[in-house]
Amino acid sequence: MALQDVCGLHNSPLFPQWSAPLSRSFMPENSTHLSGGGIHGEAFSTRLPGRGGLSPLEFYMPIAEYLTESPINFGQTSLTSAPTKLLEIDHLHPSLPSISLPPPTPFPVSPSVPLPFTLSHGTTTLGFAFQGGVIAAADTRSSCSGLVACPASPKVLPIHSHLVGTTSGTSADCALWKRILARELRLYQLRHHRRLSTGGAAKLLSHMLHPFKGTELCVAATLCGWDGDDEKHEQPITEKHANTPTNQMTASNSIVRSRSRICGPRVIYVCSDGLRLQGELFSVGSGSPYAYSILDSSVYWGMSVQEATEVAREAVYRATYRDAYSGNNVDLYHVTAKGWRRRERENLKEEYYREKERERRVIAY
Amino acid sequence: MMISARAYGDNGKMKEHHYTGPVEHKFSPYAFNGGTVLAVAGEDFALVASDTRLSEGYSIHSRDSPKCYKLTDTTVIGCSGFHGDCLTLTKIIEARLKMYKHSNNKSMTSGAIAAMLSTILYGKRFFPYYVYNIIGGLDEEGRGAVYSFDPVGSYQRDTYKAGGSASAMLQPLLDNQIGFKNMENVEQLPLTLEKAVQLVKDVFISAAERDVYTGDALKICIITKEGIREEIVPLRKD
Repeated sequence: MALQDVCGLHNSPLFPQWSAPLSRSFMPENSTHLSGGGIHGEAFSTRLPGRGGLSPLEFYMPIAEYLTESPINFGQTSLTSAPTKLLEIDHLHPSLPSISLPPPTPFPVSPSVPLPFTLSHGTTTLGFAFQGGVIAAADTRSSCSGLVACPASPKVLPIHSHLVGTTSGTSADCALWKRILARELRLYQLRHHRRLSTGGAAKLLSHMLHPFKGTELCVAATLCGWDGDDEKHEQPITEKHANTPTNQMTASNSIVRSRSRICGPRVIYVCSDGLRLQGELFSVGSGSPYAYSILDSSVYWGMSVQEATEVAREAVYRATYRDAYSGNNVDLYHVTAKGWRRRERENLKEEYYREKERERRVIAY
Repeated sequence: MMISARAYGDNGKMKEHHYTGPVEHKFSPYAFNGGTVLAVAGEDFALVASDTRLSEGYSIHSRDSPKCYKLTDTTVIGCSGFHGDCLTLTKIIEARLKMYKHSNNKSMTSGAIAAMLSTILYGKRFFPYYVYNIIGGLDEEGRGAVYSFDPVGSYQRDTYKAGGSASAMLQPLLDNQIGFKNMENVEQLPLTLEKAVQLVKDVFISAAERDVYTGDALKICIITKEGIREEIVPLRKD
């Protein structure tokens, strides 16, 4: 039976043993209800066969005291340190044994298990919006405290046809949460017959990550997408800007801005701390200061697609040049009303040698 | 023996013993049992190789504990790290494979197993399985596929990958010999099965020279459309 539980077969254990998984079932709307009773009650009383329909993933929550105590002393740990919370549990479920679980707050705030390994970190990612859509770019190095765990990891992950997310932080956290987000967005699309907007997706991701605030989860994502399913509206804007002289640009800029509140390119930064920011330009990661220097000087709303691609590539290249934890290749995605398009992955080692060659030629003359 | 496991440094290797004062030994639920795993994918084959030494600290528990586990007719997984977690993880994977087979009436493909393993590992994000996994197998089109994982479930498809205690030594060698990285003016021939097997043997012999946790014997599982074949090669026993 222990194996079944761990495998996720949904036979709800009425009496949780010391190692039984605590399942977290919650709806995004109810994520603010972090009172112990509410969530705990749902976890045990509303276990439907098959997926409960609501939990993103079942997480195993270790009980901190049991892991740091030697098994020789096992069973003699007393949980009288939090008597008030025990009462709460008994009141709801008198059937539970009195030696019960630690208070059902999401997780112990201090990282309970000392890990013998480190997880992958370090990156440069960026995303910005301009008249021709959104550009999302990132390097591809995945490092693990000094060792390059993977020189070709994809850090810009497509979520659906018109939304792309850059990932920064722990790669496992980013990859899994993006997968969960993609699944939730697909379900939304099937239920409501339209795609969820970028703002909506950002809010959903932020609310899904909120219960894990304070744990060692580390996700810093930039969601880059194009909202609006009416392609006819977007075309006049792009044509206007392609050939507009500068003095007309400011006037038409304001028109575009007001229209783009409803549809158009969108860049939103979501962080596992709970931060959710909308903006036109973001860069995240250890190499972001270097990328910002290039982006702040060169990005403007009216730039062409060619220019934007060049600037993004240059920004990532400069960041990989100076930041030890960024490197290898650059991935670039361009999102427009028609969806995302991926540019061929480029190895920056070639670019480095080309630049050295250019420098050498300049000095020679 | 897990009570003294705090003497391990970050990467699992033994820390120097301090004779300068008392050292507190806390209980740690993890232990490091050594071992190296390697997988290579070719046009129509895949190889998964592992050494067979099981060690802990300064002792060797067993010289015949291979780290490759056969999952289906086209997929083999190699797990190194903490042996207790390796055993439980493979038990869970096998149970999930059976469940899938009974409800869907077909075996899981390599890609599906990789995606499932990612969610299994991430389900224990807050008390991870201390296992470095590499899955080798054939995809639906019959081409070789290698999926490498970190302990919490981040994965991607590769052509070759080394994991475990000697991974930092082996990976650069594979980058050069299979990936032709950092070589100029080299004809990039596709990798044949014979060449791949010979390369894996050479690479493990080198690993056994320099890594104390790798040695005793090498077991190679060769996966082709005909099935899975095993080869055992002796390595240094010291």
